[in-house]
Amino acid sequence: MTDINASGTQAGEAGFGDYVALLKPRVMSLVVFTAAVGLLLAPGALHPVEALAAIVFIALGAGASGALNMWWDADIDRVMRRTARRPVPSGRVEAGEALGLGMALSGIAVVMLWLATNAVAAGLLAFTIFFYAVVYSMWLKRATPQNIVIGGAAGAFPPLVGWAAVTGGVALEPLLMFGLIFMWTPPHFWALALFMKDDYHNARVPMLTVTHGRKATRRAILVYTALLVPVAVGLGFTSVGGPVYLASAVVLNAAFLRGAWAIWARDEATAEADKYLVEKKFFRLSLWYLFAHFGALLVQAAANPWIGG
Amino acid sequence: MAITQSHDLHRRRLGRNVGVAVTLVAFIVLVFGLTVAKVQRGGTIEAFDHSFRPALADRYEERSAP
Repeated sequence: MTDINASGTQAGEAGFGDYVALLKPRVMSLVVFTAAVGLLLAPGALHPVEALAAIVFIALGAGASGALNMWWDADIDRVMRRTARRPVPSGRVEAGEALGLGMALSGIAVVMLWLATNAVAAGLLAFTIFFYAVVYSMWLKRATPQNIVIGGAAGAFPPLVGWAAVTGGVALEPLLMFGLIFMWTPPHFWALALFMKDDYHNARVPMLTVTHGRKATRRAILVYTALLVPVAVGLGFTSVGGPVYLASAVVLNAAFLRGAWAIWARDEATAEADKYLVEKKFFRLSLWYLFAHFGALLVQAAANPWIGG
Repeated sequence: MAITQSHDLHRRRLGRNVGVAVTLVAFIVLVFGLTVAKVQRGGTIEAFDHSFRPALADRYEERSAP
């Protein structure tokens, strides 16, 4: 009767939700959205079931790389407040399980995307998983303050994969969508690092705030935001852009640039005094910023038949 | 003796089993749907037997021409 009375050792047995949490569902939702936009805006069309399958397997690939990241980073996740409750550091899922799930789902996602669409999309997805799990998590994250800059590429691939799923190749438009997410990632995460002060420091992750100081981080946010603006607005002049997108992009980028300027103009004492109000506002805005750009692309595509775009 | 005591562990285990079952069924439905979609479109599918394929006949004639 001992194995039934399991209140002690097995209290940590994982529920289904814990395995879902390994796949980083919140990141996945962003991946689904941006991949869907890439897929819907590409010239040509997939059968609706093929399109659905493509998005499901792109999301699954992203989730698999999330699980691999949680396997590799369990030791630093344990130290950081923001991540301490993740399934592996909290002990609900064993690290080996996360590895197994990540590897299995990676294989399934890539092969199924290949069968559902084409080899280019599948290859790009495989590269995305490799980039996030190996290049970012294993090589860069703990080695260089540029971790976020280069690692951001992993999050930027989905619209490219979505586009390739339809066309079997890449073009300027999805490359600019890639550039939009790529350039957006550093200011987004550095703003987070500014107000999640001690986390990265305790975990010894060489975030820019830790290695170059907070003043340099504020400057870097402004520089990257300034570089982001031409990419975001430039997308409006390609075949997927138009007046609706351009108007949204101009407003959003003006607001984003203003926020970055405000962060740069402040010193640490002022930020400390109002509990990083401006940084938190900028971080929230950055979430809306990305969502709204891709939303505007969709609205533009829907509006094109009426405005003759 | 029947097991009458239920533990939080059993609830979690049931949840996990149901979750896996639902996932697998969803996967099967998706692959089946994909199959139907591919067959309907029929782009790359060519019957390799049971039907006459002019493309093959032409090639055969070319080869057997003197």
